[in-house]
Amino acid sequence: MQHAIDNGHSQHAAGSHDHGHHDQESMKVLGFWIFLVTDCLLFGTLFATYVVLKGHVDGGPTGKELFEIPGFVAETFILLTSSFTSGLAVLAMNKGKVNQLIGWLIVTAVLGASFVGLEINEFVNMVNEGAKISTSAFLTAFFTLVGTHGLHVSVGLIWMIGLMVQLKMRGITPVTRRKITVISLYWHFLDVVWIFLFTIVYLMGVM
Amino acid sequence: MSQHSAGAAGHGHGHHEEHEDHGSLKAYVIGFIISIVLTVIPLLVVFQTSMNKTGVIITIITMAVIQLIVQLFFFMHIREGEGPKYNVMALIVGLFIVVVIVAGSVWIMSFNSVVQ
Repeated sequence: MQHAIDNGHSQHAAGSHDHGHHDQESMKVLGFWIFLVTDCLLFGTLFATYVVLKGHVDGGPTGKELFEIPGFVAETFILLTSSFTSGLAVLAMNKGKVNQLIGWLIVTAVLGASFVGLEINEFVNMVNEGAKISTSAFLTAFFTLVGTHGLHVSVGLIWMIGLMVQLKMRGITPVTRRKITVISLYWHFLDVVWIFLFTIVYLMGVM
Repeated sequence: MSQHSAGAAGHGHGHHEEHEDHGSLKAYVIGFIISIVLTVIPLLVVFQTSMNKTGVIITIITMAVIQLIVQLFFFMHIREGEGPKYNVMALIVGLFIVVVIVAGSVWIMSFNSVVQ
């Protein structure tokens, strides 16, 4: 594995006559893109399962009865705004302003936390109404798909807090720069996945 | 606007600076506004119009795909960086597999009278 990365690295360096260290960081960004593609496949299979099973409510509640429109609309705009603010964090980083960068990361994390809070609230309400993961095939697919996305956002929050601590300690270096680039890609990716959850699960569910 | 992004990347290359993420504030703001519009349109289509169901589904999925493309260019700067675009190639392969999995599952399960 390490060998393969080194190979790719030396070829790339020979091609572009660039600094070795810098190039290794951009290889890591490429590696992260490939991780995002595999994550796409994970969500793709969960979407396929959901679409196939969404009519199988087994006498239990349907999406139309369960989904609360203000809740998921708020979640959508909160996540979209946090995607934008994570982009502003990258802009602040490019200008070399570490405090502004941390500030935008805090805004992003707060928005992300409110998103997760709303989603947990939504799940708790559904379970209280008797719509548990074991109730029907539809709900199993729903909780797995939406829960996997929520888990990704939660992991991203912990990661982002860790990066803020690292930025405080080390400032903007080539390594922290790459890490911020990568987490902003991750955050934008989660927003893109949510757009499809919003469209296919929620909007088509309440129609 | 994507031309602008590409121009910014070219600028970074010429000066041999850091070549990641040269998106401008303008690009992010425009991307954000387009994304909001593309989120509001499906809401209006679903709740405010009397279009038939197939029309609504086609419209909202089209809006989602456009928003995916907008965010790839304006937020994720997919065209930037030097050298061959391995990230774009990987993404195209990945999206192709996702479409095959989703469309294939829906198609094959629609033939199963026990499941449907």
